[in-house]
This record gives sequence, structure tokens and C-alpha cells, in this order.
Amino acid sequence: MQLEPRVQLQIRVFFFFLRFLSPITSVLFGRSFPIGERNIMAMEVTQVLLNAQSIDGAVRKNAEESLKQFQEQNLPVFLVSLSGELANEEKPVETRKLAGLVLKNALDAKEQHRKFELVQRWLSLDSNAKSQIKACLLKTLTSPVSDARSTASQVIAKVAGIELPHKQWPELIGSLLSNIHQLPAHAKQATLETLGYLCEEVSPDVVDQDQVNKILTAVVQGMSSSEGNIDVRLAATTALYNALGFAQANFSNDMERDYIMRVVCEATLSPEVRIRQAAFECLVSISSTYYEKLAPYIQDIFNITAKAVKEDEEPVALQAIEFWSSICDEEIDILEEYGGDFAGDSDIPCFYFIKQALPALVPMLLETLLKQEEDQDQDEGAWNIAMAGGTCLGLVARTVGDDIVPLVVPFIEENISKPDWRQREGATYAFGSILEGPSPEKLIPLVNVALTFMLSALTKDPSSHVKDTTAWTLGRIFEFLHGSVVDSPIISQANCQQIVTVLLQSMKDTPNVAEKACGALYFLAQGYEEMGPSSPLTPFFQEIVQSLLTVTHREDAVESRLRTAAYETLNEVVRCSTDETAPLVLQLVPVIMMELHNTLEGQKLSSDEREKQGELQGLLCGCLQVIIQKLGSSETTKYVFMQYADQIMGLFLRVFACRSATVHEEAMLAIGALAYATGADFAKYMPEFYRYLEMGLQNFEEYQVCAVTVGVVGDISRALEEKIVPYCDGIMTQLLKNLSSNQLHRSVKPPIFSCFGDIALAVGEYFEKYLMWAMSALQSAAELSTHIAGDDELVEYTNSLRNGILEAYSGIFQGFKNSPKTQLLIPYAPHILQFLDGIYMEKDMDDVVMKTAIGVLGDLADTLGSHAGSMIQQSVSSKDFLNECLSSEDLVIKESAEWAKLAIGRAISV
Amino acid sequence: MAPHDLRRPFKRAAISDQQKRRDLSLLRQAQNRRDAQQQARCLASSILSLQSSAPESEPEQSDIEIETEHDSEDLSKDLDVRRASKLRGPEVRKWFARQLMLPEWMIDVPDRLSQDWYVLARPAGKRCFVVSSNGTTVSRQRNGSILHYFPSALPAGAKTRDGSGSAQSYCILDCIFHESDQTYYVIDMVCWNGYSLYDCTAEFRFYWLNSKLEESGACNVPSHYHKFRFSAVPVYNCDQSGLYAAYSGAVPYVKDGLLFYNKHAHYQSGNTPLVLVWKDETCSQYVIDTDGKGEIPSQQQVVLELQDGRKLVTSDDPPVIFCCLDGDIIEKSGLQSGNLLRFAIGHGGLSFVDGKLENADLIYLGKSNRARAFADSYSKVIFQFMVRHSPLKIDDLLASINSPDDQEKVPIDIEMVG
Repeated sequence: MQLEPRVQLQIRVFFFFLRFLSPITSVLFGRSFPIGERNIMAMEVTQVLLNAQSIDGAVRKNAEESLKQFQEQNLPVFLVSLSGELANEEKPVETRKLAGLVLKNALDAKEQHRKFELVQRWLSLDSNAKSQIKACLLKTLTSPVSDARSTASQVIAKVAGIELPHKQWPELIGSLLSNIHQLPAHAKQATLETLGYLCEEVSPDVVDQDQVNKILTAVVQGMSSSEGNIDVRLAATTALYNALGFAQANFSNDMERDYIMRVVCEATLSPEVRIRQAAFECLVSISSTYYEKLAPYIQDIFNITAKAVKEDEEPVALQAIEFWSSICDEEIDILEEYGGDFAGDSDIPCFYFIKQALPALVPMLLETLLKQEEDQDQDEGAWNIAMAGGTCLGLVARTVGDDIVPLVVPFIEENISKPDWRQREGATYAFGSILEGPSPEKLIPLVNVALTFMLSALTKDPSSHVKDTTAWTLGRIFEFLHGSVVDSPIISQANCQQIVTVLLQSMKDTPNVAEKACGALYFLAQGYEEMGPSSPLTPFFQEIVQSLLTVTHREDAVESRLRTAAYETLNEVVRCSTDETAPLVLQLVPVIMMELHNTLEGQKLSSDEREKQGELQGLLCGCLQVIIQKLGSSETTKYVFMQYADQIMGLFLRVFACRSATVHEEAMLAIGALAYATGADFAKYMPEFYRYLEMGLQNFEEYQVCAVTVGVVGDISRALEEKIVPYCDGIMTQLLKNLSSNQLHRSVKPPIFSCFGDIALAVGEYFEKYLMWAMSALQSAAELSTHIAGDDELVEYTNSLRNGILEAYSGIFQGFKNSPKTQLLIPYAPHILQFLDGIYMEKDMDDVVMKTAIGVLGDLADTLGSHAGSMIQQSVSSKDFLNECLSSEDLVIKESAEWAKLAIGRAISV
Repeated sequence: MAPHDLRRPFKRAAISDQQKRRDLSLLRQAQNRRDAQQQARCLASSILSLQSSAPESEPEQSDIEIETEHDSEDLSKDLDVRRASKLRGPEVRKWFARQLMLPEWMIDVPDRLSQDWYVLARPAGKRCFVVSSNGTTVSRQRNGSILHYFPSALPAGAKTRDGSGSAQSYCILDCIFHESDQTYYVIDMVCWNGYSLYDCTAEFRFYWLNSKLEESGACNVPSHYHKFRFSAVPVYNCDQSGLYAAYSGAVPYVKDGLLFYNKHAHYQSGNTPLVLVWKDETCSQYVIDTDGKGEIPSQQQVVLELQDGRKLVTSDDPPVIFCCLDGDIIEKSGLQSGNLLRFAIGHGGLSFVDGKLENADLIYLGKSNRARAFADSYSKVIFQFMVRHSPLKIDDLLASINSPDDQEKVPIDIEMVG
């Protein structure tokens, strides 16, 4: 056989690399066969794939290692071999499945940066290899082995997800659909499934309407009753769920929409429960995607859902309730956004479906409330029809407000005192559910009647279910009807004592009830937040704190997140405390410190124990953070608190030392608060703390930790001012590294820029050292963020990026002010003005950016003075933008603008 | 195609306390960043130069009496107003005394009066600097002594719950305290809420004064947190109607002459020809200077400073030399350079050549009152001299204002009526 030179070369390369494989792999890859001329030769991978699933750990590990090496050494052959394995009907099903899975993992990853790498890698892969792989995948769709088909479906979708946006593999959809009617049922099912995965994987804008039409036609036909095969119908129904996002145009066409809706509604009546469930899932998705198109069908849908809620199996009934919850979500959004005023300017009007359905909907939901499961409150993962119905009832109350009250009150009155716990619990849950939405005027008379009853039920009802729901309902009462928002208080001097007593007593109940009681106390305290110098809780403060601490020590406190709830409530009680109880808050400091100290005692913990320790340390550090912030906010208490500063800092450092590679987010947050309270004295902790600060900045994996640490760098800069200089080299180097990393979550980058500003402001002209680097990073980010193209999320991100950049500029300008080195900034001024003009011209900045931007204009003028006079005068910002800000309704913007005007006035008058 | 999870939060508060802690931290950090920025913006722009000795003082040392004997040459430091307002003793008096902008007396009518000048009716009373900072307000008279120490609705002027007494903000107002209605009439604004207006034109300062003062609530009737009422003074463009309104319009206070502000002038400490004062019997009770007993002396009296070389000079910068003092008076009375001396103007009066003082007939009366910080200014002496001999009348002012035709062409500036 005469091979073409290119193939010869490939073979030579391949054998060349084979020589470098370890003995095991060369044994494994011993047999090779060509798939065809001009093709890449696949390797035999069956054995290594079997080994990779071996129960023998050592064998498995070896196999995994071999696969890894193979992948690294020759990716095209590796992938071609896997696809060959998947397509080969002679191979065992488990190796075919695993081959598909490994192939899939070579195309996609969870982490954004890894995903990006894999996409680039695939795109640059040899095109012969790619077409061989695709051919194998498509061929597998007709395999009689269902696992092989299903795996191939998913891999095809992944490849499509990479290639379609790049206008590659244009023939895919056509070839999938070309002969769908002639296919045997199992291949048809696989094709529909592939279309479903494909729609899930790619965004609608990369598929032509023409192709969308073909997909929808095939899918809807597959769903219709004329399709005899249940698996095909199910695959089609599931595929429609994913394809709905592609059907904008089709839903705008009355005939097509009617057809789709008819088929979906018919499918909800299918004898096959999985099809009914999938069809309701479609309805739920339609309710949010095509809310505005639902009016003609809503009556029919109500009938269908009502029947399902009443009679159908739970998974179906849950979807039917979810449909109405989803409609509530839509209407709440619309009503919130437009405040009930749809005079022309809203995209989507409110159709008041819930209001219209109310007389039938509410009884349907109330009925579900009585279908509770025993012990549902103890089961974290529980979700049943009573829970779904109650949740939906709460959403209905938020949607319609007062109108729900008369429909629910008779149900409450009828059931609240019945001997059956289900009735009492259902009535209480109904009451708790409608507390958000209706007006206080409507609810307060009810609450005034119910409060005493509830307090009594919380302690005396024999059913734990009823007590749980009662405590939750009390929490809702305090959350929505207690505090400065309400004109006529529901809590008086007289019943406050009783409420506190009952809640504290209830904290000794079972963990789930105690947790709800803590929650109620949380909102009780919160309602007194703005009370002025004296809080009605003051007389009980000591007792409340003592009870909460007792709860945290309960043996069963880890259940129902009781311990977390107790600390969170303690935090809120401290936050909302007044000067009167400051001495008591101060007494709490050594208590919590001792608790934290105790967590540090354990030695040689198992990983499970270590996790628990970290969690408890988090709660304690969180509590200390709240206390530090509270006591640090007034000069007198801060002064007394400072006696503990050294010890607290010592504990935080030990918390850090407990772990090898990560820093504790809560401890970091607490240190930020401590630095703010301590001021320049914080310098004494820096030598020891610095390495953890650096560690936090390097934590790309847990980006929240990194973000929190960046914030703390800001706190420390402000606290230490020029004393931070010795640490600046390290911090700035790390921050610049973070900025250039594509592994770090993007949300951390704007705060890093702000942090540049904090540092520059703290160290003044010493920042000169970093000026060039910082300015160049700022400049490229500024260029990127001038124009926004994308969805709301991207707009929001871009604005936060702009804000960070602008805060950096502000800090740098103010830091250099009155320094002889001011002139170093002059070369950057044109670009900064250009950036300001640029974002002004885009007209899409939010108020925060506007305020910061106009401030930067002022800072530039203030610091550079006459050096920048003519530059400023030439900028659009100094005229139109400034004027716009000067006439802003937002006082903060206006004030910044007035400052800028002053500074500019000075700069150009000199 | 994983089935989507239906579960919604059940019996859970929507908030997470950990998220709340994070959010509150971020909020605090953002607030601290804003404060730091704000402080930086305000601080540097409010630094005022101390021309003479200025001991550097840390805020926490503010209770200590600052000693005056410092090597003033080496310590030519800048001192910011907030620190200065905490100083005690003679040094601070001297410091404050130098910060007020002092009008010259109008001895001839400036050009372009109607285009470039504002006019306002000056309230009678004690001229003072009102400084609000750190939750208190202090008013200091021209000689630096404290008039009142009180809470006010000015930014940072009182320790109120809303935290307006934040350390970053402060105000400095140029006021006249009008005794009978216990009101501070604000005639100029030097710093507002931390923003320095020193380098701003009068036009801008008055605009700012009128919009900000009202907004702050300082013009409200007195209350627990606001002991004295503040009021802006109506300011007019100095055209015929404006001048006439200032001259004869009704105001809630007793007038003491008219003040003329050049619209383009910055706030400048010390004597300036860009602010002028003028008065006659109609708009002031005190046209001719009175003596210590409140009576008009038969001869005009002047206070001049004795300088090296026996020169008698005015307080102007540069000083105007009136004449030289006899050597024997100096020896007989034990006078030293720097003393302020009181003289009467004799029958010989003052004589001028080409508008410049040529000769003065001065009769030595003695050393001046210890409370006096400065000699008289040249313009004051001349104005008083003119009042007694050939006063500048309101008609002269009105006549000098351009004809109505000319005024049409003058771009109308902001008309402010307080």
C-alpha cells in the first residue's frame, strides 16, 4: 500500500512519540489500526478504559495516568481513538460510555479559564481529526446500545457548542434532521435528544431561524400523539424544553404558537407520567419565557394544572404548582419594576393572571397545605406538595396584596383549633404565608388578634410541626409588621416581655423549632434598630444573649443549622443594640474570645472535624466582627474595647495558622473591622499578619476570600497610611499579578483597582514606584470598559470596573496632591480625560460611576491645576458632563460635581 | 438535560447573615474610602498660609496654650483652619485677625461699577469669622477673640445624631453678628462643607452662599441644635436700581454703609481694593468715627504704626508713609518700633498732590488702645477726612454709573436677592 507523504509523516511522528511512552502504555497501545486513508490512526484503548473502571485502585490509577499521558502526548490520536471506541459496536458498553465521557471532558470544564483553554484547543485541532471524531459521533446515534447513543448525543452537543459560534460544522443540524422520519425509533429518539442537548449548549443567536424552524418542527412532531413510541415522545418533549429559548419568532406567529401550545397541553395528559412531567416543565418554562403570549391559553392551563394538583402523581403536581409560582414571579417583577403604571413605557404589561385566577387558585393551594409529610421539618431536602403549595400561596399574596386576605382568613379560622395537627399547621402556614404583600392596615388587626394565640401555641401545642410553623410565622410577623415601617406598633411594653419569654423558652425546644425561634428573635431585634437611645429590648438584653449562647452549646446545635441561627441572631441583637447596652456588648468580647480560643485547642483533626472547626471559627469570627464594628463606631466604647485588641488579633492569627493553604474568610473580614477601629496602631500586627494577607490575595480558587482580602488591604491602607509602605512592594506585586490572571474571578478585579486608589492615597508620592505599572493596567482596563456590548450582567460588571478604575485615579491624584512629584501625573491626564469623555459619550453609566467620574475630573483639576487647564477645557466632560451632573437630582452626584466645578474653576483661572 | 430543581426556599429567611456581614463590610469600606477621598479633597485645598510665626500643632495638643515665642523664620508652616480654630491664646487671635478680607474705604468711584461690581447693604454689628467643625461652631471677631461658642445647623456645626458633625467637614463664613435680632448675617463664604472657596470669584462665592446656606437649614429659627439664626444679605448688581435698592431698600437689620464687591475678586485676607465700603448718614449711624466714649471728636483721629526710622505708616500692604515722628516724642514716651499711636489731624489737614498724600498735620495724642491690632488703613483715613470736608455722595455714585443705554448692553449676571 502506497501511503501519501503526509500520512507517512504522521505515522513517523506517532512512532517517534510512542518511544517515549512508558512500558505500560506501550503494552496498552500495542495494536494500532488505520481507520482509512488520509485518516489519523486510532489506537486501541479498550483495555485501558476497562482498567480505568477497575475495582483495584492501583490498576485504576495506572490507567488514569496512561490516559493522561496519552492525551498530553498526542491529542488528535487520543481523541480519535476515544471516538472510535464509542462508535465501535463490538466494544463493551462500559468502555464506550467511558470513552464518550473522557471525550466530553476534553471539550468542557466547569472552571471558566479551563473551559476557555479546552475550546481553544479543540478549535486548533487538526481538521482531519475533528471530522473523523464527528463522523464517529454521528454514526453512534444510530447504535442499538442506548448508553452509547445517549453519550454521543451529549458529546455532539459539546462540539456544537464550540463550533457553531465560530460558524463551523454548518451541516450538523441539516444532517441530524435529513432523514429523521425514516429512522428507527431508537435513532429518532437519540436524534431528538441530541437536538435538546444542542439547544441547551448553544445560544439561540448562532442558529439561523431556518434551522430553528426545522428543529422545532421535528421536535413538536415527535411530541404529538401521532408518534407512537413513548421514548421518542419523551425525548421530543424534553428537547422542546431546551428549544423553547429558540422559539421567539415562532411564538410570535399565532398559528405556530397555537400548535406548540396545543401539543404541549396534550402532552400533559399523556398516559406516561414522565411525559406529563416533562410537558409541565415546558409549561413552566413557557410561563417565564413567553408570559406575554399566555392570555389565550391561561384558562385551559388553569384547568390542566388544577387537575394535576388534585389528582396526579407528586412530581407532576409539583410542576403544576410551579407553573403558578412562576407566573407570580413574572407578575411581581413587572409590578415592582413599573409600580403598576404601564402607560406605554413597559415592555411587558401585567396581565393580572393571578388576580383573575385568585378565587379558584387560592382554594386549590389551601387544599395542598393539608398534605404535609411527617417530619418534613427535620428533612433538609424535603420538598412536597404542601411545601410547594404554601410557597406558591406566599407568592400569590405578594402578587395581589390585600385581595388574598378575605380568601384565606376563613380557612385559618376553620382549621387553627382543630384536633388534627395537619389542620392547625396548615392554618398557621397559610397565615404566615400571606404576611408579605397585603398592607399593614389589612394585616395588623388580624395580627393583633392572632399574636396571643400564636405565643401560646408556640409553647403549648403538642405538635412539633405546629410549633415550627408558629415560630416561623412569628418571625414573619416581626419581619414585615414590626419596626419603623409600621405606624401602629403590634408590640407594646406589655406584650414585649411575653414575646421575649416565649421565644427564649422555645429556643430550648427541638432544633428545628429552636432555629425558627432564633429567626423570630432576629427580626424582633431588627425592628428596634432605629429606636434611638433606648430600646425596649434593653431590659432583656442580658437574658437574650445568655439564652443564645446556651443554644450554641446545645449538643444538637449542629442540626437544623441551629448554631448558625443562634450566632446570626446574636449578631443582629448586637447590631441593633443601643448605647445603654454597650457595657454588656463589651462583656461579650471575652466570652466570644474564649469560645474562639477553645476551637484552637483540638489536635490532629479528621478532615470532617476540621471542616466543623472551620465553620464554628467562622461563626465566632463573624460575631467578633460585628462586635468590633459596633464598639468601634463610638469613641468611648472603642477606647474601652481596645484593651482586647492584641488578644483578639492573636486569636485571628491562630485561626489562620490552623490551616495550611487557605485563609479564613470570616477572620479576614473581622481583621478589616479591627484595622479600621485600631487605626495606625495596627502597624504592630503587620509583621505577623502580612503573610496571611498575601495568602488571601493569592487565593484564586475561593475568589470570595481573595475579594475580602482586597477589601482588607483597603482598610489597612487607610488605617496605617504611610506606615503601610514597607508592605507595599509585596501587596502591589500581588495585586498586579491578580489583575493579569485569567484564573481569578472577574468580580475581584474592580475592587483591586479601587485598592490601588486606597494605597496611593495612603502613601502619597511614595506611590511613584508603582505608578507606571498601575497606570498601564488602569489604562488598558479603561480602554476595555469604555464600550459595553452585552447583557445586563455585563453592563453591571463594566460599570463596576469603571468605578474601580475611577476610584484608583481619584486616590492617585489626591495622593500626589501638593507633592513636588505632581508633574509625573501630567502625561496620564490626556488619557484619563479621554476615558471620562468616552464613558460620558456612551451614556450607559450608572449613578455610582457618574459620581466617581465627575469626582475624578475634579481631582485631576485639583492636583494638576493650571498644568491641565487647557486640556480640561478641551474635554467634553468639563462642559456637558459637568453640567449634566450639576443638574442631577442625585445630591451625591451634584455635590461631587460642585466640587469638580470649583476645582476646574481654580485650575483654569490661575 | 438535568431536570431543573423545583425547590424554593422554605421557611427560611431570605437573608444570609454571612452575606449581610460581607455587605456591611463592603458598605463600611466604601464609606471609609469616600471619607478618605473627601478628606483629601478638602484638606489640601483649605490650607492657608500663615504669614508670620505658626507653631505646628497636633489636634490633640489643642488644649495647651500655644506659646508665641517661636522662631518664626524657620517655622513658616501651613496651618489649616480646623487646627487653627482649636488653637488658644494670642497666637490664634493674631492668626484669625489676618484671615478676614478687609474692605478699603471708597475714596473714589471705581470704573465699570455697574458691570464689575456687586453692592450690598452692610449690617451693623460685629464682624466675625464663623467656623463650624467637629460638631461645634465658633465665632471669632476681627481681633481673634471668641464671640460665641455654639451649636448650629451649619455642616459640622452641631453634634447631632445624623452624624453631620463628621470630622471631615467644616465651614468658614465671613459674618456680621447683628445684636438686636441675634442673627449672623453672612456677607461672604470662605469654606463650605470642607470645600474651600478662597480661590473663587465673588460671583461664585455669592452664588454658592445663596444656594447652600438656605439648604443647610442655618437660616431656620433657632432651636436646641441651632442657637443662632443665619441669614444671607441681599446682593445686587451695582447698576442704578441695584445701588438704589441696597441704599434705600428695607432690610431686617440696621445698615452700616454699603459694601461693594468686585465680581472677579478672590477672597483675599487683609486689605483689598477689590472690596470697598462706603457710607453716608442715610445708610449708617456711624459715618464719622467716634472716640472711646462714643462721641465724635472735634478733630479727626487716626491710628498709625511707628516703624524704624521714625516713620508713621498705615496698615496697608505695602504701608503708606504719613510722615515722620519727632525724635523727642519717641524718647519722651518710650515708644518702640511697632507701637500703634493715636494722632489728631490738625487744622493743616491733609494735602494732596496728583491724588497722592503730600503732607499731613498730625498731633500726637498717645498710644492706642491695647485692643487695637492694626493701624488705620490709608483709605480709611482719607475717607474720614473726606466725610468731614467734601464727602463722596450717593448721587456721585449714581451719576458715575453708566447711562441706561450702556446698561442695556451689559450682560445680566445672576440677580441675587437673598
